[in-house]
Amino acid sequence: MKKHSKLKGLQKRKAISGYLFIFPFIIGFLAFMVKPFFQSLYMSFCEVDVSAGGFKNNYVGIANYMRAFTVDTEFTRLLVEEISRMCINSIAIMVFSFFVALILNQRFKGRALVRAIFFLPVILSSGVILGVESNNALLSSIQEAIQETATGPSITDAIENILITAGVGVRAFETVFEIVDGIYDVAIASGIQIIIFLSGLQTISSNMYEAAEIEGCTAWESLWKITFPMISSLFLVNWIYTIIDFCMRSDNEVMEKISDEMIVQINYGFSSAMSWIYFAIVIVIIGISSLIISKGVYYYE
Amino acid sequence: MSRVELSTGQLVNNKKSFWERNRQSEGYLLKSVLMDYSYKLIRLFLLFGMCFLILQPILNKISISFMAEEDLYNATITAIPEHFTTGNYQLASQFMEYTKTLINTTVVALTISVLQIAVCTLVGYGFARFEFPLKKFWFACVILIIVIPPQTISTSLHLHFRFFDIFGIFKLLTGETINLRGSVLPYYLMSAGCMGLKNGLYIFMIRQFFRNIPKELEEAAYVDGCGTLKTFFSIMLPDAKPILTSCFLFAFVWQWTDGFYSKMFLGNIKLLSVQLSMIAERLGAYVQLTLGRPGGASVGYTNCIVSTGTLMVIIPLLVLYLFAQKGFVESISGSGIKM
Repeated sequence: MKKHSKLKGLQKRKAISGYLFIFPFIIGFLAFMVKPFFQSLYMSFCEVDVSAGGFKNNYVGIANYMRAFTVDTEFTRLLVEEISRMCINSIAIMVFSFFVALILNQRFKGRALVRAIFFLPVILSSGVILGVESNNALLSSIQEAIQETATGPSITDAIENILITAGVGVRAFETVFEIVDGIYDVAIASGIQIIIFLSGLQTISSNMYEAAEIEGCTAWESLWKITFPMISSLFLVNWIYTIIDFCMRSDNEVMEKISDEMIVQINYGFSSAMSWIYFAIVIVIIGISSLIISKGVYYYE
Repeated sequence: MSRVELSTGQLVNNKKSFWERNRQSEGYLLKSVLMDYSYKLIRLFLLFGMCFLILQPILNKISISFMAEEDLYNATITAIPEHFTTGNYQLASQFMEYTKTLINTTVVALTISVLQIAVCTLVGYGFARFEFPLKKFWFACVILIIVIPPQTISTSLHLHFRFFDIFGIFKLLTGETINLRGSVLPYYLMSAGCMGLKNGLYIFMIRQFFRNIPKELEEAAYVDGCGTLKTFFSIMLPDAKPILTSCFLFAFVWQWTDGFYSKMFLGNIKLLSVQLSMIAERLGAYVQLTLGRPGGASVGYTNCIVSTGTLMVIIPLLVLYLFAQKGFVESISGSGIKM
C-alpha cells in the first residue's frame, strides 16, 4: 500500500485532477446533502416555527417520535402496511423478473418486441403517472365492483373459494392470491430488474451448459446448479434496487403522509421524524436482507 | 432442446420418414417433438398474456379517450366507442394548457438532463480513472445518495431554499434571506451538484462503464502527449456515447414524469407532471361552475379525462421510446452492472 501522504510527481498530479473531476459532486454533496441531512435529523427532535424572517427550532426531545408511534392514528398502520407490502412485492418482483429473464433469454421470434414491451413500464409508469394510475385504480375498483355483481366472481376468486371450502384457505394462500391479483403492479415494477438479469444470463458461456448436458444434467438441474449461482450477485443488486425503487414510488402512502404533513400542515418537525423512522426501518431491512443474500452469493472469478 | 433441433435438422437430410425414425428411437423422437411444441405453445400463451397485461391499460386509455360521456355508461361498449369524439382531448389540453406546458416541460427536462449527465459524466470518470485519497469515502457518499429517499431530506431542503443564503452574505447586505422557493434556480444548482433525481445511479452506471475501458488506451494517449482533459474529451467521451445516450434518455424521461422535485422546486413553471395531477380537480370545478351541474363530474367521466390527460403526457415519451428503444435497453445490458 502506498501512503497517501507521500504522493509525489505524477501520482500527485493525478490525485489533483481526480479531485477536480469529482469536484462538482463534493460541492453538491456538502451543500445540498450534508447540511439538509443533519438539519432534518435535528429538526426531527424539534418543534419548528416558521415565520416571515426565518425559522426557529425549539428542542423538544423525542416528542415527535413519541407522537408518531403513540398519538398519530394513521402512521403506525400505514408504516406496517407499506413495509409488509414492500417485502411481499419485492420478493414477487424478484421471482417474476428472474422468470421472465429466463424466458427472454431463449431464442424465439419477436423476442426484441417482447423485451421492448416489458421495458415499457420503466418509462411510462414512472413518477407522477403511477400516482395517477393508483388514483384511477380507486375509481376503477368501483367499476369493477359493479361489474363483478353483474358477471360473477373472477377466476382467482373462484379458486380461492374452492380452496377455502376445501379447508386450505390459510393466510399464506391469501398472500399468494393478493400477489396474483396484483400481478400488474409486479409486472410494471420489474422492467429494470428483467434487463439486469438478462444481461447477467447472457454473460454465462454456453460451454457450461453443454458440458452439463453431456454429463447428463437435465435442464432443471442446470438451472439450479449453473444459472442460479452464476447470476446470484445480480440478485443482491436487484434486491437493493427494488427496495429503493419501492421507497421512492409516488404511490407510497407513508411518503404521501409525510409530504402532506410538511406542505399542507406545515409541521416540519413531525414530518422529519416520520421520514427518519421510515428511512431507518428501510435501511435496516436493506442491511439485514443484503447480509443474508450476500452469504449465498457466489463469485465466479 | 438442442437435441430436438438436431433431429429435425436430420429430417431434411435423411430420406427416412419421421415415423420410421421414431420407431427406431423407440418413441423418443415423437415424445420430444411433442414436448418441444407444447413448451413453445405454453411460452407463447404466457408471453402473450404478460405483454397484454402491460399494454392493456394503455390500450384501454386510448379507447376510453375517444368516447363521448354517454358511451362510458353504456355496458355494451367495451373497446370501440359508439360516439367517436375528440372532445376529451380538447378538454384535457384546455385543463393542462397543453401547448405551453409541453414546451415548458421539454425545455426543463432537456436542460436539466443535459446538465445532470454532463456533471455525472465528469464525476463518474473521476471515480473510475483516478486514484486519490479518500476515494472510497466519496464513493460511499455516492452510494448514500442513491439509498436516501429524497423525501427524507426534503423537509430541510424546503427550508434551505425558502431562506436561502450563501454564508450569510445576503442577510448582511439586505437584511433578508432570499426566497428561492418556486424559482427554477435551486433545482439547476442541485443538478449541477449531482443531487438531482437519481443522479447517484447515473454516476454509478457511468463509472461502471469507464472502468471497463482498457487502461492502455489512456496510457497511449498520455504517452502521445495528451493532457488529462484532452484525453477525456477526445479519447474517452467518444467511446462512452452509448452509455451517455442511455443515461440521458433516462434522465429525460424520469424528469418528464417526476412529480416530487417538480412540485417542490419548480412550482411556478407549469409542467406536465404537476398539471396532470391537478386535472381531476379542474374538471370538477369546470363541470360545477361552467356547466352548472352541482354534483361535479361523475366518477366515470373524471376517469376518462384523467386517462386522456395521462395519454397526452406519455405520447411524446412513447414516440421517443419507439425511436430510441435500443438506446434504453442495450446500454444497461452493455454496462455490465456488477457490484
